[in-house]
Amino acid sequence: MIGHIHSTESFGTVDGPGIRFVVFFQGCPMRCQYCHNPDTWELGVGMEKTADELLAEYDSLKDYYKNGGITATGGEPMMQMDFLTELFEKAHEKGIHTCLDTSGIVFNASSTEFLKKLDRLLAVTDLIMLDIKEIDPDRHLELCAQPNSGILAFAEYLSDKQIPVWIRHVIVPGFTTDEGEQKRLGEFLAKLHNIKALDVLPYHTMGEVKYEKLGIPYPLKGIPAVNADVAVKARETILKAWKSKKAELNGN
Amino acid sequence: MREEWKGFVGGKWERTVDVREFIQKNYTPYEGDSSFLEGPTEATNKLWAQVMELTKQEREAGGVLDMDTKVVSTITSHGAGYLNKDLEKIVGFQTDKPFKRSMQPYGGIRMAMKACSDNGYEVDPEIVEFFTTHRKTHNAGVFDAYTQEMRVARTNHIITGLPDAYGRGRIIGDYRRVALYGVDALIADKEVQKDICGTGTMLPDVIRNREEISEQIRALKELKKLANIYGCDVSKPAVTFQEAVQATYFGYLAAVKEQNGAAMSLGRTSTFLDIYAERDLKEGRATEKDLQEIIDHFVMKLRCVKFARTPEYNQIFAGDPVWVTESLGGMGTDGRTMVTKNSFRFLNTLVNLGAAPEPNMTVLWSTRLPEGWKRFCAEISIKTSSVQYENDDLMRNDHGDDYGIACCVSSMVIGKEMQFFGARANLAKCLLYAINGGIDEKTRVQVGPKYRPITSEYLDYDEVMEKFNDMMKWQAALYVNTLNIIHYMHDKYCYERLQMALHDRVVKRYFATGIAGLSIVADSLSAMKYAKVKVIRDETGLAVDYEIEGDFPKYGNNDDRVDLIAADIVTTFMNYVRSNYVYRDGVPTTSILTITSNVTYGKATGNTPDGRRAGQPFAPGANPLHGRDTHGAAASLASVAKIPFKDAQDGISNTFSIIPGALGKDDKVFAGDLDIDLTK
Repeated sequence: MIGHIHSTESFGTVDGPGIRFVVFFQGCPMRCQYCHNPDTWELGVGMEKTADELLAEYDSLKDYYKNGGITATGGEPMMQMDFLTELFEKAHEKGIHTCLDTSGIVFNASSTEFLKKLDRLLAVTDLIMLDIKEIDPDRHLELCAQPNSGILAFAEYLSDKQIPVWIRHVIVPGFTTDEGEQKRLGEFLAKLHNIKALDVLPYHTMGEVKYEKLGIPYPLKGIPAVNADVAVKARETILKAWKSKKAELNGN
Repeated sequence: MREEWKGFVGGKWERTVDVREFIQKNYTPYEGDSSFLEGPTEATNKLWAQVMELTKQEREAGGVLDMDTKVVSTITSHGAGYLNKDLEKIVGFQTDKPFKRSMQPYGGIRMAMKACSDNGYEVDPEIVEFFTTHRKTHNAGVFDAYTQEMRVARTNHIITGLPDAYGRGRIIGDYRRVALYGVDALIADKEVQKDICGTGTMLPDVIRNREEISEQIRALKELKKLANIYGCDVSKPAVTFQEAVQATYFGYLAAVKEQNGAAMSLGRTSTFLDIYAERDLKEGRATEKDLQEIIDHFVMKLRCVKFARTPEYNQIFAGDPVWVTESLGGMGTDGRTMVTKNSFRFLNTLVNLGAAPEPNMTVLWSTRLPEGWKRFCAEISIKTSSVQYENDDLMRNDHGDDYGIACCVSSMVIGKEMQFFGARANLAKCLLYAINGGIDEKTRVQVGPKYRPITSEYLDYDEVMEKFNDMMKWQAALYVNTLNIIHYMHDKYCYERLQMALHDRVVKRYFATGIAGLSIVADSLSAMKYAKVKVIRDETGLAVDYEIEGDFPKYGNNDDRVDLIAADIVTTFMNYVRSNYVYRDGVPTTSILTITSNVTYGKATGNTPDGRRAGQPFAPGANPLHGRDTHGAAASLASVAKIPFKDAQDGISNTFSIIPGALGKDDKVFAGDLDIDLTK
């Protein structure tokens, strides 16, 4: 099977535990305004690679990945579900730790065929890094050009399946800087039982140059990068809401 | 056993000079953490404030505060110099006051004069006259023997950075011997060596050996005098930790008073000295505070070592480095770690005195190092960016567990091996000579042999390869022969008598060569093989530029198609070096480590077939050319790791810069404190 791959990164240190081999999948249906990889949006282009080819690359560098593994990101890897599953299955056969970095946008609870495929993928996925862009449905639509209902349902599905998840959330001025919204996110996360970490990142402008190169207007032009301390504070707010909600749910 | 050695486990080391055996029988491996360490004392803070003030004055004065223009530096040339005699636990400067640079004309009087004049000083005319007319220098000797071909090759930078006008350095005296045995015992040992040298026929080699040992003995006697100048006595073994550190430092100080070498490294002293620290602790002679203070003062002195150098020299070496490299930690061949508390104390000076490039703290890294040490190294690296790491697991195979690093990567067994430093051959330029039949692309001078140039419109890989091999063969032969002259003359006119006095009689001499421009050559050849390279010639037919049609694999992406070209080039070049006669039974090695001079070499080299523009810097060391590695750091490192160490035994360096954020998450933003909730 052929996968459409944007690129690979041999020294991923922020895409899961340890040092990781990161595969950037080509193609994404989301159009997040702050996306820093607009070059991965288009479907069906990029390098054509087989799972074996990617794993051969991994193997030639495996000494570096003793405490790491392979991460599929993009783009949206789940857009190439069959190829992704093959890659992770083959990786798992070799004992490689697999991590999927996804927005969850392709989740479709009403399709039994999809769920069957998903379960097959989850069986060989050790960790999911789930990006929750916006908890508010309307603003999510505005920010990402897609609804978030499926994404949140996906989060709940993963919780039911007890798949370990790291949540990622970016603080974007005008969107996720709102404290009330951060609280709502915390309360939502409190209902889940599989969250291992929460990564709150400040918005940065490093993607802007790619838009210029691609000739796409940059939607967040002029919006300054967010300081790290703002993200730290937001994380505290989310966690606080999380904990009190958790206490409430536990009847304390 | 001698009184001074009471409390030590005896052995063969008592009867013959064998520092390693002494260490192995007596050192205490330390597997704990850094919590025992002490901060600076009041005296340390005061002295360091003085050094900082002098540093500021030196900077304001344009880089040099004071220079000696009248006294030729020898081991005993100057009176005592102090920062504050009452506070200094370790004493001794190169001249009679701190920050005054000594005059060392034996490498070359013109270089000494220029170092002064460029900084606004003038060497005493009598000294100039003496070293021009009456006493020949290394530099003068070299130029007497150079062939015309060598001179032209040198000025065209096909071989470059040669130590023909400055001290070669890269020799590490076993300064620990001064502390362990005392100088009297070392002199007695050298007297025996001299006796047994030359009982047969007086061949030139034997005569030279006898003369050298005599010089070594003379230097050792002067070392005792140097200690006397400071009111110390190093004729007998050291007793306390302070005495041991001081004696080791006097050994080193004598070396830097006599030699302005391209790298004047310290060796591997910390674990040796720890034995004295442990004994002092056990006998209640010193507290941890005292021990740290002594190491702080020792390191402070090492940071004050300075040489008179020219701006051109500083350009080649990117600053004014001394390369006081101290090798720390590593593992013993018996499986015990060589890390001791004193390894921690050395690194702790970076906290107590603040970050600094000197002494060049080099951690000999093994995967099996104790966790506490690994963590401390990481912590100090993060805090100070002043720690260098080298692969002990690789080097221990060849050198055992008592080797040290000279300069940045040259490994040698302390007191048993030394190196003839040999700068670099510009391989990128050699490739251009192969294309242009030996004509320099910048100066248009016929520098190399007049082989037939390449005349085709597109470069054919096989044709270029064949011609490149021929040209490398020429280059290697010329290079080795040039170095033969240089080292012959250095031994004759600028012999490192004190450093060699702190070596065994029979010494293994590495004959070091070096390569610059490896990644350019590999990428150029890859472009010819996997894309099409069109030659652009000027009106005289000289190839001056190249147009690449199509894409090609680039070194630095873990792609065997080009990485193996790089590896093959290293092996081929090394074999050409090996096929030549080398001076003094040297063992030829090469290095790929131009971490400072890559900019200078780039300036001297025209457009190359990989698409690099004329004048653009080379990549440092064995690095991929800037921006060509597109698959991340691990792939880039994997390419470098394919270079065979056996054919580049003097070292392969890879310069790796990364922003802290790219090394992992900041735990303030990212921490696993959610796990608490998971149990509920």
